[in-house]
Amino acid sequence: MLRASEIDTRMLGMLALLLVIWVGFHFMSGGTFLTPRNLWNLSVQFSPVAIMATGMVLVIVSRNIDLSVGSMLGLVGMAMAIIQAEIIPDIFGFDHPATWIVVLLIGLALGALVGVFQGAVVAYIGVPSFIVTLGGLLVWRGVAWSLASGRTIAPMDSTFQLLGGGSRGSIGEVGSWVIAGLAVAAIVFYLVNDRRQRKRFGFTLRPMWSLVTVGVVGSLAVLGAVWTMNSYYLPVNVARQVAEERGLAWPEGGLDIPLGISYPVLIALGVMLVMGFIANRRRYGRYVFSIGGNPEAAELGGINTRWTVVKTFMVMGILVGVAAAVTIARLNAATSGLGTLAELYVIAAAVIGGTSLSGGIGTIPGAVLGALVMQSLQSGMVLMRVDAPLQDIVVGVVLVVAVAVDVFYRRRSER
Amino acid sequence: MTDSPPLVEMKNMNVTFGGVHAVEDVSIDLRPGEILGLVGGNGAGKSTLIKTLSGAQKPDSGQIFINGNPATIDNPRDAKALGVETIYQTLALAENIDAPGNMFLGRELVTRLGTLDDSAMEDASRRVMGRLNPKFENFKTPVTSLSGGQRQSVAIARAVHFNARILIMDEPTAALGPAETEQVRELMRQLKREGIGIILISHDIHDVFDLSDRISVMLQGRLVGTVNREDVTMDEVLAMIIVGKQPGELTSTDLADLHG
Ligand SMILES: Nc1ncnc2c1ncn2[C@@H]1O[C@H](COP(=O)(O)OP(=O)(O)OP(=O)(O)O)[C@@H](O)[C@H]1O
Ligand SMILES: [Mg+2]
Repeated sequence: MLRASEIDTRMLGMLALLLVIWVGFHFMSGGTFLTPRNLWNLSVQFSPVAIMATGMVLVIVSRNIDLSVGSMLGLVGMAMAIIQAEIIPDIFGFDHPATWIVVLLIGLALGALVGVFQGAVVAYIGVPSFIVTLGGLLVWRGVAWSLASGRTIAPMDSTFQLLGGGSRGSIGEVGSWVIAGLAVAAIVFYLVNDRRQRKRFGFTLRPMWSLVTVGVVGSLAVLGAVWTMNSYYLPVNVARQVAEERGLAWPEGGLDIPLGISYPVLIALGVMLVMGFIANRRRYGRYVFSIGGNPEAAELGGINTRWTVVKTFMVMGILVGVAAAVTIARLNAATSGLGTLAELYVIAAAVIGGTSLSGGIGTIPGAVLGALVMQSLQSGMVLMRVDAPLQDIVVGVVLVVAVAVDVFYRRRSER
Repeated sequence: MTDSPPLVEMKNMNVTFGGVHAVEDVSIDLRPGEILGLVGGNGAGKSTLIKTLSGAQKPDSGQIFINGNPATIDNPRDAKALGVETIYQTLALAENIDAPGNMFLGRELVTRLGTLDDSAMEDASRRVMGRLNPKFENFKTPVTSLSGGQRQSVAIARAVHFNARILIMDEPTAALGPAETEQVRELMRQLKREGIGIILISHDIHDVFDLSDRISVMLQGRLVGTVNREDVTMDEVLAMIIVGKQPGELTSTDLADLHG
């Protein structure tokens, strides 16, 4: 029945895992985990990992790996920080209205460039990606370090900072409900359209109960998430400022102004949609999957497999650029250690999300859920004041266990 | 038919892998509406030879003419553009992708917006498969979960769908059941009537004898010879395959050895 319903059992498993983690931490932390405040912060911190994980899916699906994303994030973040804190202000003055977009574009371009370079060495010279990006892990960190000679670069441009969330970096109550409405409409449209297409060609239809369940649960999840984001309010001092700007009276007991969905989360969701579209609806995505399934078949099909691999590393690089922007904007600074160990979180997110390390299999939404699992683990541990070394141990163990479970699961389903 | 140039002419083809001379100075040709059987023992170089025509293997030397015109085939795309479709011995299927996805691999149908048109591809696959293996119903599952015969059907369907003028079939029915094999044979006869030239590689000498107009025999990378099916017996072809003797050279002791 589950098979006919076309509900992904793996996705269900992941949601169950998430639920266990959330409820578990909630009780162990004395009721502080499942609060709007914690979940809102969790959502902001999850964003860079989620953004990079969507790219890592394609890299791993194409039978490659990118171990350099953490160092690349450090390099690109540092470069963007130096440009906006030390170069642009000298020429155009502080907080020029175009600064944020110029810096962002330079960051994306730099990420793309690094990605193309690594991808070309992998695809055209034939050095295994494991080695190329292991080298990259050292090289880009070293470059990031020497760019700043170990200094912390701050502050960021004030518009640029919005990319990182923070108390001003979210779209507010109304905007969030609008997004929720759009998302629910999109879910309904997708389900209806899929059914219509199948009717047109006379293919088997998905049973009605499954359709309705997916629609209702999906919509409730969206509404619940937005409700949570809207239940977290601006801190008093910021709220007072905002009230003044909007010409609102400041009542005795203060004013609860909801933050709503933060920009980083919005960016991450946008990236997820775009990457999902590329992976499933575009030729390029199909090529990546075919290379992962059988490189020889892809080649014999007339696909330019090398160029496809280069593009995959380029996409990864661009996404690292996006994640770097979000990260330095949130911290309002860049340090040389920026992004250290991020590769572990990103790879773990992709693998937990169902990406197979032997290539050919993986989904973008799965990786985003995986990122949520990883970030939930980390946030929960921070909340419970687990010290850093133990956190690393847990993350390391989780990564290995996730791969082990994946291997086991696939071996069984092969029979 | 004799005055029109051959559909394919491969002249003095050579392929080496390190020290192995996999194909040595082999020349074959294929005419429109003809089935050419290509036979030989394991490792004789049959697959390697046809891969030079399908763009999967660069020859060290040799020339290929299509309709009398010299053809440059550097990659599979070139071959397909010239109307050469191939069913590889290895099938060349992406295990993680469904049958329609594999059929259109590298030649996906897209909508006006440039997105993959999965419904149209599935529809087209169903139609081709209807001619080939009507019982086939697994259009949504990755081919890894299909049986060997079903996978072979997918590979055949792919080659047939794109209106090839030249069809290369490397062991196309090795994994098929009797009913499906008969469907494929019928399909080959039909394609032949449409004027398509087919190169059929098979270890099933009965199959080759049944279907081919001419038979080319390879042994250890070399061409032993090409004969008209009507002019030879099965024993004579077996002798060519095993000991590399021309039909005329065959002695009774050779024959006895063959059957011993
Ligand atoms: N990619 C390769 N690298 C090295 N050697 C190869 C390669 N492909 C084929 N060969 C060698 O070339 C020779 C011919 O192989 P080929 O696959 O063409 O034989 P075949 O006639 O198709 O055999 P079979 O009937 O078993 O399919 C063999 O000795 C094989 O080992
Ligand atoms: Mg062969």
